[in-house]
Amino acid sequence: MIGLQQLTKVYGHGADATVVLDHLDFRVDTAEIFAVVGPSGAGKSTLAACVNLLERPTSGSVVVNGEVLSDLSEAELQVARRRIGTIFQSDGLFARRTAAQNVALPLQYLGVTAAETRRRVAELLDRVGLADRAGHYPHQLSGGQRQRVGIARALALKPSVLLSDEATSGLDPQSTEAIVSLLKELRDDLGLSILFITHEMDTVLKVADSVARLDHGHIVESGRIVDLLQDPASDLGRALRPWRGHTEPETGETAWQLAYAAKAVPTDWITQLSERLGVPVSLLGASIETINGATVGHATVGLPAIEAHRVVAAAEELGLAAERASAGAGDEIDELERVA
Amino acid sequence: MSALAGFGVLANQTVPLNEIPALVFPALGETLIMVGITMAIVVIVGIPLGSIIFNLAPGGLFENRSLHTVLSWVISIGRSLPFLILMAAIIPFTRFVTGTNIGIPAAVVPMSIAGIAFFTRIVENSLRSIPPSYARVAKASGASNLQVIRTAQLNEAVPSIIGGLTINTIAMIEYSAIAGTIGAGGIGYVAVTYGYQRFDNTVMGVTIVILVATVAAVQLIGDRLVRFTTPQLRTSTRAGSRRATTLRTKTAVQA
Ligand SMILES: Nc1ncnc2c1ncn2[C@@H]1O[C@H](COP(=O)(O)OP(=O)(O)OP(=O)(O)O)[C@@H](O)[C@H]1O
Ligand SMILES: [Mg+2]
Repeated sequence: MIGLQQLTKVYGHGADATVVLDHLDFRVDTAEIFAVVGPSGAGKSTLAACVNLLERPTSGSVVVNGEVLSDLSEAELQVARRRIGTIFQSDGLFARRTAAQNVALPLQYLGVTAAETRRRVAELLDRVGLADRAGHYPHQLSGGQRQRVGIARALALKPSVLLSDEATSGLDPQSTEAIVSLLKELRDDLGLSILFITHEMDTVLKVADSVARLDHGHIVESGRIVDLLQDPASDLGRALRPWRGHTEPETGETAWQLAYAAKAVPTDWITQLSERLGVPVSLLGASIETINGATVGHATVGLPAIEAHRVVAAAEELGLAAERASAGAGDEIDELERVA
Repeated sequence: MSALAGFGVLANQTVPLNEIPALVFPALGETLIMVGITMAIVVIVGIPLGSIIFNLAPGGLFENRSLHTVLSWVISIGRSLPFLILMAAIIPFTRFVTGTNIGIPAAVVPMSIAGIAFFTRIVENSLRSIPPSYARVAKASGASNLQVIRTAQLNEAVPSIIGGLTINTIAMIEYSAIAGTIGAGGIGYVAVTYGYQRFDNTVMGVTIVILVATVAAVQLIGDRLVRFTTPQLRTSTRAGSRRATTLRTKTAVQA
């Protein structure tokens, strides 16, 4: 468990003081993956550094598994940090050490015997699928492999909390996929609380249970992914599922955007909508998937000219939020870029 | 010194060719001993001192501006005195430490002081070139300050420190020649007394060749060690030679 209470971090003093984190409150439960998204410079890496106390918070507290880290002395922190695994923004592997030697570092710091270290390192490298790369130096590994070595090292001391700062940024989709499924697997097997920092919305969707958006040191919006996606008014929900383009409606038809806004939207909602309104419904574009067990997404449909309130009411009965499509999907894409 | 005892110090008298080896080789030995002892002291003191100065600086593990400034000044003074002046200035100290002010022990003291000042800066500079993220990684992995310095700073800076050590050793060979003038012996002393003061061009030529060869050997060893301690350089050569071997095998099979 990770808990932040009124966490504030200010760099500098007096006139040139910058508030990088401003009274943050949130909680990551055991076996939860909590994503933090935000534009560059929002304070994401600073947040990670404050959670393992590499940076002292200016005020507020950091609690990990019930222990108030921000109250500890430097010597006590050295011990407490062993319960927190950290995956760094750039992999942070030591260039003069092989993959195995990098993974062994935390064990070496702790003073684990050579035999036990060897056994554990082999187990960890196997876990991240790099058993055959143990003797390779960082420059002989791909970006994705280096990141996985970083994960193995973060897990060396069997932490209960994992901090991941941009672990998948700059990786190709396959490597990202591999790391995302590895993290989920670790969460399930070891009950880890994972604070997953990223600026990639589609990765959030794949990996996280909850998400918070950090901007200029504030949490602008946060919640469970499923709830955000089903809330048509949520900016973050919209940014997570951007409206892609759709084909133009036929002449005489109007384009409507329908978003899944409830847990139980019938799968045959197009037929049902058509029956309720008594007009044909043409599908212009859709993006629907199941995330954490709930169906989420949205569709653009073409309808003949009928009263708007009838469409909204009929859609609502089916668990859909309807609104007339704006001129184009362009501004939604802008929204995505603004958030990411 | 003993090698020199047999020769009279008479002007314009050249050393016969067959006696040159007996003159230069013991002198070379003295130089190597002087430089060797000095460098051992320099490394033992310079590495901890350089690490301490680096970590006292802003952003270091135990940042302390005033202490850093003081230490930095002391080192700079040691660095800025010409070696001849430094050697003369610390004669009382040298006599206090070694009980003498001539010979190899007396030369090692000023050489070590100059060398430590030099090498401390080299270590500090090498540590600056290591990404600061390494120290954060080590701390996040539960390292103590000493462990951070050992594993995330010094160990990663090894190739760069060895490169600096090479430069430092060569500078010390040069200093040993200057120290030779206070009777420490060594190849530099032979060059000055026979080559320079007695116009013996043969001895001069031989000492120059020996000095050039010694410096070249130190540089070669240093470069080899840098290559050997840098995985990127080492593994690429190994891959290269492996490729060469497979090629050779292929040709052998074809033949
Ligand atoms: N040591 C420091 N001193 C002063 N300002 C700092 C320091 N570290 C970070 N900052 C400032 O804090 C802000 C947040 O930085 P941070 O690295 O946390 O951003 P980020 O969200 O991780 O960005 P990115 O997505 O680019 O990694 C930036 O404006 C940065 O300039
Ligand atoms: Mg960052």
